[in-house]
Amino acid sequence: MKTIYFDNNATTKVAEEVLKEMKPLFCELYGNPSSMHTFGGQIGRKIRKAREQVAGLLGCEPTEIIFTSGGTESDNTAINGTLTAYPNKRKIITSCVEHPAVLSVCRELGSHGYTVVELKVDKQGRLDITELEEQIDDDTALVTIMYANNETGVVFPIDKIAELVTNRGVVFHTDAVQAVGKIPLNLSKSNIDLLSLSGHKLHAPKGVGAMYVRKGTRLSPFMLGGHQEAGRRAGTENVPGIVGLGKACELAAKNIKEENEKVKHLRDKLENTILQQCPDSMLNGDKENRLPNTSNISFEFIEGEAILLMLDKYGICASSGSACTSGSLEPSHVLRAMGVPFTAAHGSIRFSLSRYNTEEEVDYTIEKMPPIINRLRELSPFVST
Amino acid sequence: MWEYTDKVKEHFFNPHNVGEIGDPDGVGEVGSLACGDALKLTFKLDKNGKISDAKFKTFGCASAIATSSVLTEMIKGLTIDEAAKVTNKDIADYLGGLPEQKMHCSVMGREALEAAIENYQSGGRKKHELEGRVVCTCFGVTENEIERVIRENDLTTVEQVTNYCKAGGGCGGCHGEIEKIIEKIQGDKAGQVTETAPRWAGRLTNIQKIKLIQQTINEQIRPALRAHGGNIELIDVEGDKVIVAFRGMCAQCRLTEFTMKDVVEAKLREFVSEELFVEEDKESASQPHNHRG
Repeated sequence: MKTIYFDNNATTKVAEEVLKEMKPLFCELYGNPSSMHTFGGQIGRKIRKAREQVAGLLGCEPTEIIFTSGGTESDNTAINGTLTAYPNKRKIITSCVEHPAVLSVCRELGSHGYTVVELKVDKQGRLDITELEEQIDDDTALVTIMYANNETGVVFPIDKIAELVTNRGVVFHTDAVQAVGKIPLNLSKSNIDLLSLSGHKLHAPKGVGAMYVRKGTRLSPFMLGGHQEAGRRAGTENVPGIVGLGKACELAAKNIKEENEKVKHLRDKLENTILQQCPDSMLNGDKENRLPNTSNISFEFIEGEAILLMLDKYGICASSGSACTSGSLEPSHVLRAMGVPFTAAHGSIRFSLSRYNTEEEVDYTIEKMPPIINRLRELSPFVST
Repeated sequence: MWEYTDKVKEHFFNPHNVGEIGDPDGVGEVGSLACGDALKLTFKLDKNGKISDAKFKTFGCASAIATSSVLTEMIKGLTIDEAAKVTNKDIADYLGGLPEQKMHCSVMGREALEAAIENYQSGGRKKHELEGRVVCTCFGVTENEIERVIRENDLTTVEQVTNYCKAGGGCGGCHGEIEKIIEKIQGDKAGQVTETAPRWAGRLTNIQKIKLIQQTINEQIRPALRAHGGNIELIDVEGDKVIVAFRGMCAQCRLTEFTMKDVVEAKLREFVSEELFVEEDKESASQPHNHRG
């Protein structure tokens, strides 16, 4: 059975071109870039190139890029490193719909005496900028707000927020793991101080990520034990991962516009047809300000895990915000924060596409979806048949 | 992805006995849309008092649907007395087992069966209602129900209780109370699981003790209170008396006395010294919230 992969916000396929760049770095060019000999030293050039490729996609200087082990490490470093650099400030502002890599870190800090403010969102998942403005005070060390939400795809007005926050003299970090490679970013024209990105969300491998640290931003290192990354992140470089991430960023920069039109077209077709053909279904999130690849749809009176397993039978991969799939007994914190009724949150499905999806795959899924929904509704005690 | 047995998958993809019996002898409805799963069971008896037909409608995940399907299979041909003896364990065993976190589905099956039998015995008048004191307000689980899953499945931890009947799976505010129920039923067995030696043996100086109390409050106690909107502040330490004040939601909560003994005092005794006892500083509780904490 062919796999139809609509779960690209969870992870993506490594691009063939990326793998090709990485391959020689395992058995042939395996040197340590910190070594004195030419064999190791030549690897340094490859890392330099990767740094330029990442900077190229983000519109920043190569020296402003630090390679890490992934989005989670970047988020942890940004938050903890800022607080360590500003030991007298004790307040953090974030949003209640962040990824756990940010939210758990903030809540943990809250249990150590920091004041943590979690900004609320409205029904479409949008932030109230006035609330943010009111919360910033002299005690605030950091504002950390995601660029785009992983579950709904809602994109926050980050450039505007960054300007507002930094004008008040506060450091601004954004978890841009879902945005980088999907929508164009230009950091040279933005006030963002710190930005996290992850390789495996944009067709690079798992286990590599990066952090943008704007020139002049005070940040204490999180990983100690070596001089790598100009002393900002210790540990022998994940050379294949870094080179792969560089190539993936180059590909994304080259194709971002064209691919977005294609991906968006497929997403819209999938979304519109499903909403049209399945009664009692609704879109979660802000239809206007959204990633081009993400669609989060709720189906009333049925449960998400059951839908996923039915789709799985046809090789279709998606994800859900239902309680059963969130690993707890309550549905997704994002949907709950948006005030999506429990009845709909339990039956939410997220489709997230990539440039590797095809029209045929969308058509196949459109064909399979309504019978699955109908079948589960036949079983539901809340639907009279 | 959950690890489901082939039997679970079979009954999920091809459930048996879907629907509702018109003019049933017994109807059992449990769960709700808000809780994430719900089951309506109907059955019909034959002349000999045996269940001749059973049907279900279920809102829920794959294991909830599979559980309902096998339940209807299992009870067909049984008398009411025989059916009343079916336990959640029987249902799970019939499926070749369920993942731990999904055991509550089997409990829901048994509850629906019980509700349907009750409904039959009351001549169709009685609808299922909660009996006993509600312990978990998030999922509406009563003390009776918690006691029962502990007994029938020999449970010894709060996590297990959550897996089996959802109690404690929401805000976490009832964890202390569930622990007490486990202790009441399992006695020593529960004690063995939770008992750990105090981290600091030997005598502490005053400054060490105060530091350790503050550290324990920060690391062990505050996170638990924060989970349901509360907070705690250390006011003073006089000998073995620890004076604290509750903040946030805790300040208005009727359960503070309970929290005091079962959370605050227990943790301080576990991590600092067995001798400690805790008192609430009522005066400072009425002061405005201190944002430092």
